[in-house]
Amino acid sequence: MTDTQVREPVPAPDVLPPDDGGRGGDDGNGRGGPGGGAEPPALGLRGGLRFVWTQLTSMRTALVLLFALAVAAVPGSLIPQTSISPVRVSEFLRDHRTLGPLYDRVGLFHVYTSAWFSAIYLLLFLSLVGCIIPRVATYARAVRARPPRTPRNLVRLPAYARAEVSPDDPAPAGPSAAGASPVLERAAQTLRRAHYRVDVREGSVAAERGYLREAGNLVFHISLLFVLLGIGVASLYGFRGSSVVVVGQGFANNLTQYDDFTAGAAFGDTDLQPFSLTLQKFDVAFETGDVQRGAARLFKAQVQVTDSPGAAPREATLEVNKPIQIGSTKVHLIGHGYAPRVTVTDGKGDVAFSGPAVFLPQDGNFTSAGAIDAPDARPERLGFEGFFLPTAVTNGTEAPTSAFPDAINPALFLNAWTGPPKVETGIPENVYSLDTAGMTEVKASSGQPYRIGLQPGQTVTLPDGQGTIRLDGWDRWVKLQVSDSPGVPIALVALAFAVLGLCLSLFVRPRRVWVRLTADGRAVEVGGLDRADARGGLSDDVAELAAELGGRPGSPGTAASSGTGPDESSADLAPAAVPGAAGPTSTPRKQ
Amino acid sequence: MSYEYLSNVAFVTSVVVYALAMFAHAGEWAAARGVGVVEPVQERELVLAGAGGGGTRAGRSDVSAPAPLAEADAQRVEAFGRIGVALTLIGFLLSVGGLVLRGVAGGRAPWGNMFEFTTTAMVFVVGVHLVMVWRAGLRWLGLPVTLLAAVGNGLAVTVFYVAVAPLVPALHSVWFLIHIVAAAISGAAFNVGGLMSILYLLKKRAEERGTVRGYLALLPTSRRIDLLTYRFHAFAFPLWTFTVAAGAIWAEYAWGRYWGWDPKEVWALVTWVIYACYLHARATAGWRGSKAAAIAILGLASFWFNFVGINLLVSGLHSYAGV
Repeated sequence: MTDTQVREPVPAPDVLPPDDGGRGGDDGNGRGGPGGGAEPPALGLRGGLRFVWTQLTSMRTALVLLFALAVAAVPGSLIPQTSISPVRVSEFLRDHRTLGPLYDRVGLFHVYTSAWFSAIYLLLFLSLVGCIIPRVATYARAVRARPPRTPRNLVRLPAYARAEVSPDDPAPAGPSAAGASPVLERAAQTLRRAHYRVDVREGSVAAERGYLREAGNLVFHISLLFVLLGIGVASLYGFRGSSVVVVGQGFANNLTQYDDFTAGAAFGDTDLQPFSLTLQKFDVAFETGDVQRGAARLFKAQVQVTDSPGAAPREATLEVNKPIQIGSTKVHLIGHGYAPRVTVTDGKGDVAFSGPAVFLPQDGNFTSAGAIDAPDARPERLGFEGFFLPTAVTNGTEAPTSAFPDAINPALFLNAWTGPPKVETGIPENVYSLDTAGMTEVKASSGQPYRIGLQPGQTVTLPDGQGTIRLDGWDRWVKLQVSDSPGVPIALVALAFAVLGLCLSLFVRPRRVWVRLTADGRAVEVGGLDRADARGGLSDDVAELAAELGGRPGSPGTAASSGTGPDESSADLAPAAVPGAAGPTSTPRKQ
Repeated sequence: MSYEYLSNVAFVTSVVVYALAMFAHAGEWAAARGVGVVEPVQERELVLAGAGGGGTRAGRSDVSAPAPLAEADAQRVEAFGRIGVALTLIGFLLSVGGLVLRGVAGGRAPWGNMFEFTTTAMVFVVGVHLVMVWRAGLRWLGLPVTLLAAVGNGLAVTVFYVAVAPLVPALHSVWFLIHIVAAAISGAAFNVGGLMSILYLLKKRAEERGTVRGYLALLPTSRRIDLLTYRFHAFAFPLWTFTVAAGAIWAEYAWGRYWGWDPKEVWALVTWVIYACYLHARATAGWRGSKAAAIAILGLASFWFNFVGINLLVSGLHSYAGV
């Protein structure tokens, strides 16, 4: 007998199985990790793999990988990223001659698609899988299992209470008469009402609740895998492109109409939905008050959408936060700007260019840069490059600037270039800047570049009869983003499950309670154990149950209760008071 | 006397009142300097005494039984403490008033910029603190909380301040309410949790060295602080997860993509990962206790960097309205 007593730990081991995010390899790790004194002899391939797997799925590795992920994500927020702002990346490369190429080599300009970042999160998810699979199996068994046997020594549990069974209770049975005692029956009923799973055997009641905690934990972690899956599907099958559309013009959803376009590896051009739309109207409003002057207040585009060729067009409103949906494709309004409407006549008097030229905003007041290319002008082809200012202000001798983002005093400032007619090469050209190779700048008689300043309705004649340019007016353009992200709904649903699972795993508080009659049958003992940290009131609940079973419900003081040791406070602290009571696997349990 | 003016007056006054509350709580700490080394408390008799505890359960076991404290000192501790709580309540009411007036002045929910977000988060921090003082006897958190509130609202009215203005179109969304309120509440809980972690480390160190005296002796045991810290984080973490998810959904509506590695998004994720570390560390041998507390403090630092550093130092899509 002594042998058994000695070997019975406090509390019994089956009372404290791994719990609370305990990972499979954790205990093994804690004891025999690489730092441990006794290195195992040659492991062999199989043993080596098992060792690696154990390491990978251990909680400690998961922690390290999580930290690594956090650290690895940081540089991408401080160093310009190609995917966010290629312009700033090239600026950085220009300004940092030595550092730039170094950064480039280790992928710091595309951190989130770099090999090392991917390695970290893939390892993390691998570790996650390795952790989840055994835990699902364990949980599946635990869910079907009966509550653990009543420990021999209830007084050693974190919470313990004892009450005399009231004399008017009909002859209480001893522990041998399993389940027959009305006191135990009452205990079982009470616990069942409190949503415990109850098992009456061997003259005692064992009860457990809070099974959903581990379920929530597993749901959360599995959901994370589905989030990754959704993102993966989206990046394989999705696409995103953008196109600048001037008011009055249209857009048809095929590749030629995009200014930029990226798609996943599994995306085919034929996957584009054949819709088209016309931008009928675009309203913009800016703050004119003193506070935040010039801040955007309204963007509203009126479009006519034709969902598929031959379908009846429908009117739609496109706003920030209110994309248009066409099938699974979404059209977002992501930018806007000005397009001066100009007419260029060449030296022969023919119209060489007429219409809006899209200028790109350079600052918050929409100082817009752009070019007007008239390659068909004869005898010399003509080109113009310069700025459109929606609210031009001249400040002394300095170059005019724009003072407000709305078109209050629009003006177009250009320099002109001429050159011999060019052979069509078919090489795509940047429409926002002028390729001046082979052209000469038009000079004024002073020898300075000939500066053109135009307000709507004005015409300027170039020197030496080389042509004229007229600012007819201006239009607005919008930048439309067309995208499809299949798979994202998977990720979103998974995220919802993740949050739900997280709440369960953090808020469900598993508890075990045992009730037993003393050998003489004159007193009832109640022991309780919390298996999660966040729970309070264990001792109170245990004492209450004991008092109630003793026949004097609610009268405090009748039940004698205790925590485990003299230096452990109980009440709210019960869970943490006993080594291992909080559940996690790794509590050192030395005998 | 516009609403905006009244709102500003209320906020500036709240800074002063919070500062006074902080002084009162500092006085409370100072008055307790006579408390000597204390044996770890036994609360068994508390349990014996009350078998039918309700919500106030935590309040009873809060304060470890201090070594004999001179009656006069005890009274001073109590008096300073009560003054501190009263002032905190006044500061809280002023902040709430300021926030409501700000909303009325703008004709919209007052969550459009750093000033408004900070003051909102501080309302949640102090509100939670006051509820905990009332329900759970958490007055020992008074000094750090009032310090945080004074600094937070102080930064808001000086550095972050912007006049009332309407919102930019990107913020015209129902997610504006959901995302930002969730962020403010979880941020408030992270802040309280972080403060507790600091107190935990102080108390724990003193316990290990056996030098628990002065105000530290009036704090609950480190174990209980740790438990409360965990509860705050356990509340905040799912909410923060939701905040990030809601942000992603909103980003799809406003900017046409769910996740674009915008600096704010990156740091929200970094913060999330650090707090995930905290929760895991708390369940790992060798990481529980001080190390976990340090991780929680790191998480709070990351939260603050995301809020202040990213807004002011790095340009991104989350830059609105100047600050």
